Formats: sequence, C-alpha cells, structure tokens
Amino acid sequence: MEKIEKMKQKNLKSNLITYAIVIIAFAIMQVWQISGNLSSLLSGLLVPICVYVILALSLNLVVGISGELSLGHAGFMCVGAFASAFFSKCTAGIITWMPLRFFLAILIGAAAAGVFGLLIGIPVLRLRGDYLAIVTLAFGEIIKNVINVFYIGLDSNGFHVSMKDQFSLNMEADGQIILGGPQGITGNEKCSTFLVGVILILITLFIVLNLINSRDGRAIMAIRDNRIAAESIGINITKYKLMAFTISAALAGVAGALYSHNLSTLQASKFNFNTSILALVFVVLGGIGNMRGSIIAAVILTVLPEMLRFLSDYRMLIYAIVLIAMMLINWSPKALEWRERLLDRFFHKSAKEGE
Amino acid sequence: MKLKKVMSVALCAAMVAGCMTTVASADEELTWKIGGIGPITGAASAYGSAAMNGAQIAVDEINAAGGINGYQVEFQAEDDEHDAEKSVNAYNTLKDWGMQALVGTVTTAPCLAVAPLAADDNMFMITPSASAEECISYGTNEFRMCFTDPAQGTASAQYIGENLDVTKVGVIYDSSDVYSSGIYATFRTEAENQDFEIVAAEAFTSDSKTDFSAQLQAMVDAGAELVFLPFYYNEASIVFTQAASIEYSPLWFGVDGMDGILSVEGFDTSLAEGVMLLTPFSADAEDELTQNFVATYQDLYGELPNQFAADGYDCVYAIATALETTELDPSADASAISDALQAAMLEISMDGLTGSGMTWSEDGEVSKSPKAVVIEDGVYVGL
Repeated sequence: MEKIEKMKQKNLKSNLITYAIVIIAFAIMQVWQISGNLSSLLSGLLVPICVYVILALSLNLVVGISGELSLGHAGFMCVGAFASAFFSKCTAGIITWMPLRFFLAILIGAAAAGVFGLLIGIPVLRLRGDYLAIVTLAFGEIIKNVINVFYIGLDSNGFHVSMKDQFSLNMEADGQIILGGPQGITGNEKCSTFLVGVILILITLFIVLNLINSRDGRAIMAIRDNRIAAESIGINITKYKLMAFTISAALAGVAGALYSHNLSTLQASKFNFNTSILALVFVVLGGIGNMRGSIIAAVILTVLPEMLRFLSDYRMLIYAIVLIAMMLINWSPKALEWRERLLDRFFHKSAKEGE
Repeated sequence: MKLKKVMSVALCAAMVAGCMTTVASADEELTWKIGGIGPITGAASAYGSAAMNGAQIAVDEINAAGGINGYQVEFQAEDDEHDAEKSVNAYNTLKDWGMQALVGTVTTAPCLAVAPLAADDNMFMITPSASAEECISYGTNEFRMCFTDPAQGTASAQYIGENLDVTKVGVIYDSSDVYSSGIYATFRTEAENQDFEIVAAEAFTSDSKTDFSAQLQAMVDAGAELVFLPFYYNEASIVFTQAASIEYSPLWFGVDGMDGILSVEGFDTSLAEGVMLLTPFSADAEDELTQNFVATYQDLYGELPNQFAADGYDCVYAIATALETTELDPSADASAISDALQAAMLEISMDGLTGSGMTWSEDGEVSKSPKAVVIEDGVYVGL
C-alpha cells in the first residue's frame, strides 16, 4: 500500500514539474515579448510551437501509451483545422464576439476530429503493428484528398455543395465561397494567440496525464504491454484502444484549430504525409511515452529549421544531420553508455574536489 | 536524462544568442534592405528561385550603377517552401534583418498569409507573380507586377472570341493551383459574352500531372477545336507530347505560364508549333534590355530565364524607380519608406522586361497589356 502511495506521489511530482515547465516557459516568453527584445521571428513562431506541442502530445498518447503506430495524425489535424475554420468563416457575421467564436471553433474542431477518429478507429484498430500503421497512413491521405474535392459556398439560400468546381455551386450574386477545393479556406481572421496556445497545451497535458494515471489509462497500457494477459483478465481491448485513439484524434483536432486560426489561408495539402511523420519524429525524439520529452522535442524541432536560415541552401541538409545526431545522442545504447560514463566521471571528480 | 536537459538548455541558449546577434550588428554603412520571399526548395522551387535570381541581378545592376539615391542596396532572399506557415517565418526573419521593402511572395497561397502581416506592419510589398486577386487586397502598401488571373482569363477569352474562328473550346486546368483555376474561372465568365462555347472543362491536380490522356480524350470526344491551357509549361509539354501520340491537333492557347515551353529539356519543340499564348515576357525578344538580362542570367545561372525571373527583376526596378522620386535615405524606417513608396508608385511609369510604360493604380494593380505570340519554327512570333 505504502509503495503505491509513494508511486502516486512520484507521479504527481513529475506531472507538476511538466506543468511548471510549460508555465515558466510561457512566463519567460511573455516577459521577453513585453520587454520588446523578442525577435519577430520568434514571436511569430510562438503559436506554431504551441500547435506542434499539442500535436506531439496527442500522437504520443497513441504511440507511447496505447502502443500503436499511427502515421495519419496530420489527417485528424486537417479535420480539426477545416471544421473550425469553416465554422468561424460561416459565423463571422453572427457571433461577433471573437473569443466566443474561437472557443466554439476549437470545440467543433476537436469534436469533428474526435468523430473521425472514432469512425476510422472502429475498423482500423482491429489491425496490429505495421498493418495499422499503413492503414492510418492511407486514411490520413484520404481525408486530405476528400477535402480537396469539395467546394462549399454560402448565400442567402443556404449552403451549396459541389464536387466539380466553384461554378457548379450556382450561388446567388451575394454568395461567398467558403471552401474552395484545393485552395482551401482563405481570409480567416487571426484569433490564435500565445496565451490561448499555452492554455490549450495545459489542457491537453491535463487530459493526457490524468488519463495515463487513471484506471482506464492503466488498462490501455496493460493492453500495450501484453495484449493476451490484458484480455485474459477481462479488459475490453477494443474499447480502450478506441478510447485512446479517439481522444488523441480530438486533441490533434485542437492543434488543427489553433493552426487554422493563426494564418489567413488554409490548404489541405499542408496536412500531408510529411506532417504526420514530423509529429512522429517529435514523439520518437522526445521519447515514446514521455510527455515532457515530446514538448521539448516539438519546441526544438519547430525552432531549429528557422534558426538555421542563415545557412540558406544547406539549411535542410544541416537540419537533417542535426536530427540524426540528436537521435543518436539521445537514444543509441552506446551513446547512452558513454553519456553515463562521462557524467559519472564528471560528478565523481567534482565530488572528490569537494572533499 | 541529465545530459539531455543540459543539451536542450544549451541549444535554447544558442538559439537565443542567434536571435540577439542579428539585432546588434546594425549601423556600419547605410544600405537599402530589400527582402525577397519565394519557394527556393520544394516542389515550386523553379518559380521562387527564378524570381529571386532575377531580383538579385537587378540589385547587382543597380549597385553597379551607384545604388538608389546614392546608397547601395542589399538583397536577401528567404525560402518559404511554398508553405504559408514557413512564409510567415520567412517574413519575420526578414523583418529581424531590417527589411525595408519586400519583393514577394512569389506564389499565391503563401502570399495570402504574408499580405495581412505586411499590411499590419505597413511594410511596402510588391509581389512578382502571386496572381490571385486577394493577394494585394489587405492594404494600400501592396502592389503587383504580374497580371491578375482575371485580367489574363478575360483577355484570353476576348482574344479568342475576337480574332480566332472557333466555336468549340475545351479547357484543361489545374484545380489544385490558384493561378490556374483563377484564370479558368474568369475565362469561363468572359466566354459567355463571346461567340464560342466551352464544350469541355477537365481538371487535374498537382498529384496527377503526369498523365493527361483522360483529359485529352474528353477534348476529342467533345470535338474541341481549340484547347485553352491555363497552366505552366512543364505540364503543357506533357500535354503536347500525349496529344501528338493520339494524333489530336487542335489549336492550343496558353497564358503567361506557357512561356518557357521552348526550353523544356527533352521536349520536341516541333510539337509546340502553332501554340498561341499571352505573355508579358519572352526570352527571345529582341530589345536590348531583354537580351542583356537573358545573357547575364544565363552566365550566372546557366539556364534561360522564365517570366518569374523577369517579374522579380522588374519588381526591384519598380522599387528603385519609386524610391528615386523620393528624397529618402536608408535611415528612414520601413513604415515611412512604405508611405513614400505608396505615393510614388502611383506616379511612376516604368519600362521593364515585362512591359513598357507600366503604371500602377491605387489598388496596387499594374497596367500593361499582354502580348499575344505564336510559336513558329521554334521561336515566338508576335501576333
């Protein structure tokens, strides 16, 4: 009993540290920005950083906690982005108080992505391992391509939908094209701020960390660790896997909503395979199942390519090399061993000097 | 774990240091700072690199001739990978660098993301080639060098209606590209006023631009006598090759993106024989300005410049011409320069590679007339 209490306390402490890191980072950036010394590049990156942190956290829930490889997470982000931007654009004249509209848009983005996660999860989660990875990849691409063919306009008669081109909408003269097929949604109002982003990160963290430390979370991890054993003690595998997948999709939808309200233009082509892989890189670099690591990795990998701009043409090459180097230093067993030795020697020495 | 933390802290520190140093090194010698944004890597890199190279040539020429108002010009190009988010980052990077005027962005979707920011900052911007109407609709600080999509679509439809004896017209267009579908939209609108009929309109997307047999078959079935191709020359070269293989030879009509078709590697230029296009620039023009530019460009970059390069070049000259009418020097801040340039742009009339006597209206649009040319014996001939 005592042991469990101790573990709980340790968990709580670790979680509090994670929240604290986010809040302190927010405070530092805020002070920096108010003092006027923050470069425009960094202040422009603040919201994208939040977007990718949320995306990394949500994917880590599937990959790290539920133990399933998903290669289609950008697809859920895409659903969230388009659902929320669509809502914002339609109601821009009706709900004039921006914070309320944005709040509702985020909820709608999360709900839409969650529903898609559920619908896709039902057939997909019956598969395992590589098969699951490939099917999620396919679904991610399907979502992107489906959005690419839709044209939706709004006029006094209501919505017009076409899958051909914008002329087939047959709108009245006052009609407004909301979703323009591959050209997506343009003219969005910029609502996302760093504050909103950080609040969303904290909410995401709260959801994910509490899920992990709950009865349901332990059931999910039991399935990850040994499916047969979990099944034998009566854990409903499909239910728990679906729960993790749906929550994760909804959180990716939040990331999408934040993303779509940060830029005045939104195209589905952004949410391709590369974005899914990028999210996976955040998770793997930060440590599978390690939420704090995901946050740090997402921040570093979002800022790094921008900081390397001075290298001009060699930028992406150097970025790739740095990525490989970071992966090796962080995760190769030999490097870990070497690091330990180095630390040992260093601390041993300083301890001696202290005597 | 510990080292990982140390490393992340160190990395963060390095980044912070990186941002700070840019602020410190100002004030050695006053120069104009012109920034450029375009896709230099990625799928659309051909357009961005060309525009940035063209702009660089113009800057070098201006510097060699003594600069603007006696001050040298610095030009810095940033990559946006044809991605709206990256484009905003590129814009912010240039702002940190001290940019006073922007040549960009080259492609439309990123331009839609950057333009509202530039309007907020009152940063003068002139886009070489972002052709969608909304691109420069966010503020009076925004200008354009190329034709708008509506202008091209309307002009093409009018030209076909007035000068060519055809009644059945087919269109193939790229629905994933704002440029292409924008031109198609206005072409179609104007076609209703002309005495020809659009009998088929087939779309492709950037994911499916290597096989056009389905679209061509639809043109054949509909009996199109003329096919309008509002997209870029790379895809057009495939269309021509595949049309030849099914022995389909209607009249072909292109827009400014078609210019460059004669320099596609491995393309049999005899297939492009008789292709008509509306273009502001052709590398084969005989005037001295064009020939000098083409020669310099080929020396430096080893290829024929396309219209993007010419647009980039003209953009820098437009900024230079407008600046010279003011008494400003580079110590003025970007907002003051923007105010002065906005006023000056409405006054100037400029001869460039993409048109002579170009003037700008208050909404930022350029007025120049597209030239119709036809390809005969492997060269462009004016109509």
